[in-house]
Amino acid sequence: MSEAPRSMETVQKLKFYQKGTHTVGNRLISEAERNVQASIERSNSLTCGHRACQGCGEALGARYAIDAAMRAANNQLIAVNATGCLEVFTTPYPETSWQMPWLHSLFGNAAAVATGVAAAMRVTGKPQVRTVAQGGDGGTTDIGFGCLSGMFERNDDVLYICYDNEGYMNTGVQRSSATPPAARTATTPTLGTEPGNVFGTGKFVPKIAVAHDIPYVATASVADLHDLEAKVTRAMSFQGARYIHINVPCPLGWGASSGDTIKLARLAIETGLFPVFEAEHGRITQVRKIRKRAPVTDYLKLQKRYAHLFKGGVPDPRVARIQAMADRNIADYGLVEA
Amino acid sequence: MAVKHPYAITLDVGTSRVNHTGSWRTLRPEYVDRLPPCNAACPAGEDIQGWLSHAEAGDYEQAFRALTANNPLPAIMGRVCYHPCEGACNRAQIDEAVGINAVERFLGDLAIEKGWGFAAPDKDTGKKVLVVGAGPAGLSAAYHLRRLGHAVTIREAGPLAGGMMRFGIPKYRLPRRIIDAEVARITAMGVTLTLNDKVDDIEKAMTAGGFDAAFLAVGAHIAKHAYIPAAGAAKVLDAVSLLRSMEGEEPPLLGRKVVVYGGGNTALDVARTAKRLGAEEAIIVYRRTREKMPAHDFELEEALDEGISMKWLSTIKNVDGGVMQIEKMKLDDKGFPQPTGEYETLEADSLVLALGQDVDLSLLDKCPGIEIENGVVKVAPNMMTGRQGVFAGGDMAPSERTVTVAVGHGKKAARHIDAYLRGADTPSTEKHGLASFDRLNTWYYEDAPATVRPMITAARRINTFDEVVGGLDETNALYEARRCLSCGNCFECDNCYGVCPDNAVIKLGPGNRFRIDYDYCKGCGLCAAECPCGAIDMVPEQL
Repeated sequence: MSEAPRSMETVQKLKFYQKGTHTVGNRLISEAERNVQASIERSNSLTCGHRACQGCGEALGARYAIDAAMRAANNQLIAVNATGCLEVFTTPYPETSWQMPWLHSLFGNAAAVATGVAAAMRVTGKPQVRTVAQGGDGGTTDIGFGCLSGMFERNDDVLYICYDNEGYMNTGVQRSSATPPAARTATTPTLGTEPGNVFGTGKFVPKIAVAHDIPYVATASVADLHDLEAKVTRAMSFQGARYIHINVPCPLGWGASSGDTIKLARLAIETGLFPVFEAEHGRITQVRKIRKRAPVTDYLKLQKRYAHLFKGGVPDPRVARIQAMADRNIADYGLVEA
Repeated sequence: MAVKHPYAITLDVGTSRVNHTGSWRTLRPEYVDRLPPCNAACPAGEDIQGWLSHAEAGDYEQAFRALTANNPLPAIMGRVCYHPCEGACNRAQIDEAVGINAVERFLGDLAIEKGWGFAAPDKDTGKKVLVVGAGPAGLSAAYHLRRLGHAVTIREAGPLAGGMMRFGIPKYRLPRRIIDAEVARITAMGVTLTLNDKVDDIEKAMTAGGFDAAFLAVGAHIAKHAYIPAAGAAKVLDAVSLLRSMEGEEPPLLGRKVVVYGGGNTALDVARTAKRLGAEEAIIVYRRTREKMPAHDFELEEALDEGISMKWLSTIKNVDGGVMQIEKMKLDDKGFPQPTGEYETLEADSLVLALGQDVDLSLLDKCPGIEIENGVVKVAPNMMTGRQGVFAGGDMAPSERTVTVAVGHGKKAARHIDAYLRGADTPSTEKHGLASFDRLNTWYYEDAPATVRPMITAARRINTFDEVVGGLDETNALYEARRCLSCGNCFECDNCYGVCPDNAVIKLGPGNRFRIDYDYCKGCGLCAAECPCGAIDMVPEQL
């Protein structure tokens, strides 16, 4: 968790802030102890005028993560970006939304380019300049996966951040290996007896990253800023390969209201569909518990990509299968307070 | 100007800030302020949310200042107010209402302990106002009028200030030192208070004293009587004189078994007082049901805890010595009690009638233009009676008779008296729309139970006139204040500033809230959806 609770204990002897425990800021604690995002001084690494859709979870997640990394690295940070929404909406030539050194090469090689940047900083005697690589789920779990695994096994000094919006969104919402079962995409249409994406495919890269025994792996969400910033800060305290996988809802691809982005991210956590945890050197060290458990239907019904599950008033048996996936996460990761 | 570019590059790289994405917007976020339900429900017009926000930051003196901007009697209020604010509190729909009343009492007690006073006004207006009665309405009006720079004289008929707070509310609910301290704070501002100084004729009093206006705030000290045929050595008293006699040297003698007739808070006060005076049994006889009882339910609960028994749907037909005849009643379709012809008898050493109270209005006999209806004075919306410059409030004016309502009357009347004296228009009282529960995003509030006031055990309570409900200490007062949700008004949580994917919310720094940068706001609605307290509306953009 963030720094806040510690100061509360010392100053107030009270571990309770009604209006600051979950909000972005907290006027009752000192400026230095607040979230980066609460500060007027935040770096706004990803600034205004970008062309992300209204309510874009990825634009939000990227600013959250990179601003926190910037603070941790004293603004000595270079970002390497895979092809994807984030690259497209921030850098339509000749404009850029990045207020930091930023590179883009190919769809699949962000991790490899970042390895090179980190090596260049090392050999040119600038070890204080840190490197992040970032990409969407397509550039990470599909196309760039080989380079990513290589970066992990070599333990290169790079923090790789994946913004997972569960599909290839800027090219017209195609399925990726992070697209969940039953979700409708352009390539998994709502046709046939089992419309939408099939069950039993895809992969959860954070688990694969943990299997590399790298120093730090975490999942995070735009719905829990305190947790996200703490994880980025923690990741930046390590040398070597680090991986953070952030759940970023996509109003366009998920068929959701632009104002529901954070609510959806929150429900993904509270249903158990998206487990939030961190692991160090191959072992899970911390799990974010569910605060107000919700059934998966609360999450699914807000998204048109799942609308076919609720057609005709007859409950689709696949809703129960999705619930079973959530229940399994809850059991596997221990997401509910015993 | 020609700039040399690298090979295959023709344009200068620039920031995306040139791209004004605000043009995409169809809905625009706007910051609003809404009226919190606690404030809306407060008869004294307190800005509860406002003073709680100072308390939750640990700035208790500022909280006291903010509180007393509307109500000068927080320590009294924190004990006797029926806290309709808590009944309206949105937090009750999450777990339990914020213990506003307890925090108010904490602040009031702290102010007395620390000796925080009220500043005298910067300059005097030269206008003189007479306040008749030093009860809650009179004290409140005097305080506000003095703050506005007027010279105020309170004339009190009784031997001590406080009115019904002193002569009607038992000590176990309101210790007398609290009244004394809060009255002293008001007189220290330069308010003149004269005791044992009954006003018999308001016209004469105004002329003699050269007053420009008057506020009448005479309490309802006269007990209503029902005709109950009594024979033998029946001991029948009325509630007002009983409670008043509690202020004297000798406690009244009631005997071992006391019957109280009535269903209001006064009936409960009398029954609980009787128990404390040593009665083994105190029985309240009331003609209707618990649901129809005008007394507040929490007071009934406290009374039942203390062993008071209730006789519902019963009227007293006559008293003969120590025996009274009770007729059973039943409610008709309209909820009115109707006699059934069934009788029973009840033995008791004394009977106390708590059937309501009237105001002594004789001071108005020679005052032209004043209209009296149902035993109270008719007042205009600005609290003025039919006589120019004479205002009335508290028990004298038609309203619910509680200390808090009286304090509210005093404040309201003071505002209008001030306007009258300055020849100004009636001050505007336009209010924001209500901050309803459905506007909140309750995810952001931490779960927390109410701090339960330490209750003296019922067994101990009935033997003493010590206070029944204990106060909060600093840690739990702070905790309780922090349970406030700040419904409808920005508390600078930074959520809008944080959750905007377009950096289109500008943070203006502590106390200055935020501003939307409409050049870049795409109108996604995340700020409004994630605002905990419902202080952002999304309104259609005029295209």
